[in-house]
Parts: sequence; structure tokens; C-alpha cells
Amino acid sequence: MQFLQLVVSGIAQGCIYGLIALGFVLIYKATETVSFAQGDLMMLGAFCGLAGMTFIGFSFWLAVLCAIVAMAIFGVLLERIVIRPILGQPAFSIVMLTIGVGYIARGLITMIPGVGTDTHTMPVPYKDLMFRLGGETGLSFNAEQLVIIASTAVLCGLLFALFRYNKLGIAMQASSQNQLAAYYMGIPVKRINGLVWGMAAAVAAIAGILLAPITFVHANMGLIGIKAFPAAVVGGFGNLPGAIVGGLIIGVVESFSGFYLPDGLKDTAAYIVVLVMLIIKPNGLFGEKLRKKV
Amino acid sequence: MRFIFKTDYMQDIRLAKHSGHVFWYSALVLLLLAAPWIVPKYWLSQLTFALIYAIVALGMMLLAGFTGQISIGHAAFLGVGAYTQAVLTNLGWPFPLALACAAYFSAAVGVIVGLPALRIRGIYLAIATLSFGFIVEEVFARWDKVTGGNAGIHIKAPEMFGWKLSSGEEFYFLCLVITVACTLGVLNLLRSPIGRAFVAIRDSEVSARSMGINLARYKTLSFALSAALAGIGGALYAHKLRFISPDQFSIVQSVDLLLMVVIGGLGSVHGAFFGAVFLIMMPQLIAMSKDHLPAAIGQASGLQAVVYGVVLIGFVLFEPLGIYGRWLKIRTYFELTPVYRKGMFKRQKSFQKSDRLS
Repeated sequence: MQFLQLVVSGIAQGCIYGLIALGFVLIYKATETVSFAQGDLMMLGAFCGLAGMTFIGFSFWLAVLCAIVAMAIFGVLLERIVIRPILGQPAFSIVMLTIGVGYIARGLITMIPGVGTDTHTMPVPYKDLMFRLGGETGLSFNAEQLVIIASTAVLCGLLFALFRYNKLGIAMQASSQNQLAAYYMGIPVKRINGLVWGMAAAVAAIAGILLAPITFVHANMGLIGIKAFPAAVVGGFGNLPGAIVGGLIIGVVESFSGFYLPDGLKDTAAYIVVLVMLIIKPNGLFGEKLRKKV
Repeated sequence: MRFIFKTDYMQDIRLAKHSGHVFWYSALVLLLLAAPWIVPKYWLSQLTFALIYAIVALGMMLLAGFTGQISIGHAAFLGVGAYTQAVLTNLGWPFPLALACAAYFSAAVGVIVGLPALRIRGIYLAIATLSFGFIVEEVFARWDKVTGGNAGIHIKAPEMFGWKLSSGEEFYFLCLVITVACTLGVLNLLRSPIGRAFVAIRDSEVSARSMGINLARYKTLSFALSAALAGIGGALYAHKLRFISPDQFSIVQSVDLLLMVVIGGLGSVHGAFFGAVFLIMMPQLIAMSKDHLPAAIGQASGLQAVVYGVVLIGFVLFEPLGIYGRWLKIRTYFELTPVYRKGMFKRQKSFQKSDRLS
């Protein structure tokens, strides 16, 4: 019983990691850069949702929709204004750039008087619901966790359909495989890159809203994004299903090590896993073989 | 405009390239030597911090700027140095011996981190070092028999050969001597075959390898040297603060160290110093300007983060060579004034480079 419960909470946490890692992977595949701002985009998304629900007074679904759309637009603008001018420069510069973006996002949020420095609870309709299986002694699940798992599954399905059946998704795949060739085939690579950033930001917003009932909304909630790096690496950077699987692995490992292993290992388990992974199989579970031609 | 006529191959590797260098660097050293008598006490303390960070920045520069390996876990090395120094000094070891141990121990840890670097590149390496940084920070917090855990650990003033350096001025001179020694060491290293091998690895691993450079050896060496410098910096940092705790060596510190070399100017020793001065001066400037800003902005806890972020983005977008690059441009402008061309330093448009098989 305990075991199953740990698995469920691990999977729920892992879904969040997976969603953030999905953002990394989308961006990495499209522009071959790594965004360290993904966690902070998630934080912004959560704040957008919160603002929609409490200050403007939208209903839950409308607020969620608005937050996702707002973040998608923000992502597109971000790509257009800061990322595009330096694409093609060393990857290191872009890493630093996104770290800077994260700093600014975190700092600006704290500057909103009365909101930024506090911790907020998001009034979601499924708060404090519990499901019990098998009577008093049986399993009990938080509705929050189940919602996370279900939404992640739906989102994965949508993304799969997009990349498989939609013209836009196929264009994205093409431009991520070979930009020059895609450009010759008439795919507007620059616009596609912008859309990918928008999509990554939207996914981050969804992750933020899903995470909000568990960790509450505050300016530093984006730091959880750092734990999504191990997830992306374990799954193989550059593989979309891999990101989710990697996230689930990291989440479950974390939840087990928090219960069975001594104190302190819960926070570092993800990093230990990723170090071991990098030493044994640097390309991750589903990673493509990288080789550089001269 | 100065023309240097090359009449000898040794000229290429001379430390001071011409009389201007000799004059200005001597002036700088004299100024720094006189600082305790000119500068108020508070600013002398900040100057000491700048020197300490400059040592760490030299290490970062060696690794990120000259060997081209990203490390987002450098605070771990700083911490290893600081804790080694703290523990050994409290055991009664003399300062030089403890410092050597701190540097050596950091270097050993650096080698361990360098090992995965042999197989992985770029962003994977960044994530490996990041993970390592987290693990080390957790070790500092959990191994409380030695490190004092989250409560931190106090450290005595440095002591050597029966001489106790308790005042700020004495400690400043100690830092100055060590900084000068480290700088000369790094400059010397960079003009040697090892330094040239580092630069070759940065510019292209494949061509470096085909020129007969042993990648494994030089990458590990670069990590070890960089970690040793960070360890020395950490040891001095521990003495300066008199108190260390695990949260001083977190990811935030690592990112600050990275920010320091990027803003200073990657790939130049000058950049390390500019970056260190920037990192120390910035919080002071922000604190000074706080009173002149509206309360909502001035009192916000995230003001420093915003300023850092804006400066960082500005430098990456407009001045990739950092403060040192800007200085070079200004100097060149004045040297060439009538014949200066506008596009001289224009960034080359480049295609997106791909590491992937395509």
C-alpha cells in the first residue's frame, strides 16, 4: 500500500519535472540551445493564473486559458527580442542569456508591491479532495496529484498528435532535424523557432498551474526547474517522450529515496542519478547518437 | 599609436610586451600597495573581497575562458577550499600549510569532476557540474561532524611562523601577495605549451586532438588547476568572513561566479579582474541608488537580481567580450582616431552550428 502511494506521488512529481523538461527539449530540438529560464517561465505562468483567478476574477478554466495564451505570447516575444539576435553564437552565450532572463523574471515579480514577496494559494476547484480506494486502510490519493497525472497524459497525447498529424508539427520536426534543408523546402524556420519558444512557455505555464496547489505560488518556485535538467538528460536531451519518461524516473526515484534512504538523499537523488547516467550512458535512455563531422 | 617591432621570437611570450605595460602595471601595484593608507577601512575590506574573487575568477577564466569547459558548480570548489581551510586552521595548522592543503584538496575534487568531462561536452558538462555542485552543498550541510552542518563553522585568523594576521590591513596584504602570485602563475601557464593546448582545445577539440594534444590529460589538468585556484580563493574567503555555512556555496554563488567571468570578458586575464571588481562593486552601487528609487523598486528583494539580469543580457547581446572587450574597443578607437573604421569589431553573422549528426 505504502509502495503504491509512493509510486503515485513520485509519478505526480515526475510529471511536473517531465513537463518542464519537455520545454527544454522542445527548445533544444528547435534551436539547439538550452533555456535555463524554463523554471522561471513556469513561475510566471503560475502567477498569471493566480492573477486571473484572484485579481481579475475569471473562472478557473478561463484563467488557465488566459495564463497559457499569455505565456505563449511571452515566449514568442522572448525569442524574437533576445534569443534570435544571438542564435549561432556559442551555446554558452545563450545559456548565460537565459540565466539573465530568469534573474529578471524572478526579480520583477518581487517588485510587484504586496504580491511578489508573499506565498499564495491558488484557488483551484479540486483542492483538498481525496480519493480513497479500499476503505479506511486503503490507498488515498490527492486530487491534485491525479489531476497532474491526467493533464500530463492529455498534454502528451495532444503534442503527439501535433507532431504526427499536423502540418505545423511536421514542419517543426523537419526544422529541428536540419534547419538548412527545412529552409530550402520553404519552411519558415525563424517563425517556427518563435512558435517553439511559445509552445515551451505554454507548457511551462501548464506545469506551473498544475504545481501551484502543491507547492503554492511564490517567486522562487521556479527553482524546481533545475531538477528538470536531470529529467531531460536521463531521457536523452532531444527526445520528447524521453523527457516525460526521464521526469517520471527522477520523480519516482526521489519519492522512494525520501522514504527508504537516510535524510538528505531525497534532494540529491536526482543529481546522483544524472551523474551516474552521464558516466554510463551520456546520451540518455532514448538519446540519438551524437557525432561531430569535421 | 604604438608599433611593436618584432625582432626576436621571445618577444611573443614576454609578459610585459612594451614599456607602457611596465609603467601602468607598476603604477597599479604601487597603488594597491598604498591602498591601506589611502582608502577608508570599509572600502579596503571590499578591495580585499575583490582580490579574493579575482583569484576565483582566474580559475574560472582558465576553465571557461581558455579551455572552453562550462562549469555551473564552481561554488563547490570554493566551498571545499573554504571548509578545508577552516577545519585545518581550527586544528592549529599554520596558514601556508592549510592553504596548500585547501588548494590540493580542491584540485583533487576538480579531477573527479573533470573525469566525466572527458566523455561529455557542452550542455551535458554544464549539467554534470551543476549536479555535482548540489551534491557537494548537501555534503557540507549533512556531514556535521566536520563541517558543522547548517549551523556553519567559525574560523580563526590566519597565523604563520608565530605571526598572527588579525587586522584588516595585514590580511589585505596577504591577499594581495597571493593574488599577484596567482596572476603571474596563470600568465606564465598561458604562455607555456599547456596554456596553448588549453586554447587549442577551446577552439576545436577535433583539431587539437589531431595536433597531438591529449584531450583527457589537458581537460583534467584544466579542471584541477581551476579548482585549485577556486580552493585558494575559498580559503581566503573563509578567513575574511570568519564564518562559513553551506548556503554560501549554493547554486546562486556558482552562477555569480560564472556571471563574473562572462561580464568581465571571457578569454582574457584582465576580464577576470574586471569581473571581480564588478561583482563586488555592483551590490554597493545598488545599495547606494536604493534611496533614490521609488519604494516599490528600491526596497524589493529582487532588485539586485534584476540589475544582474539586465547587465548580463546587455553584455551577451551587445558586448560578448565583456568589460575588457569594451575597453579594448575604446582604446583602439582613441589610438586610431582619424582612421578608425566603424565596423572594425562587428560581430560576424554566423549560421547556427549543430553538434548533431545531420
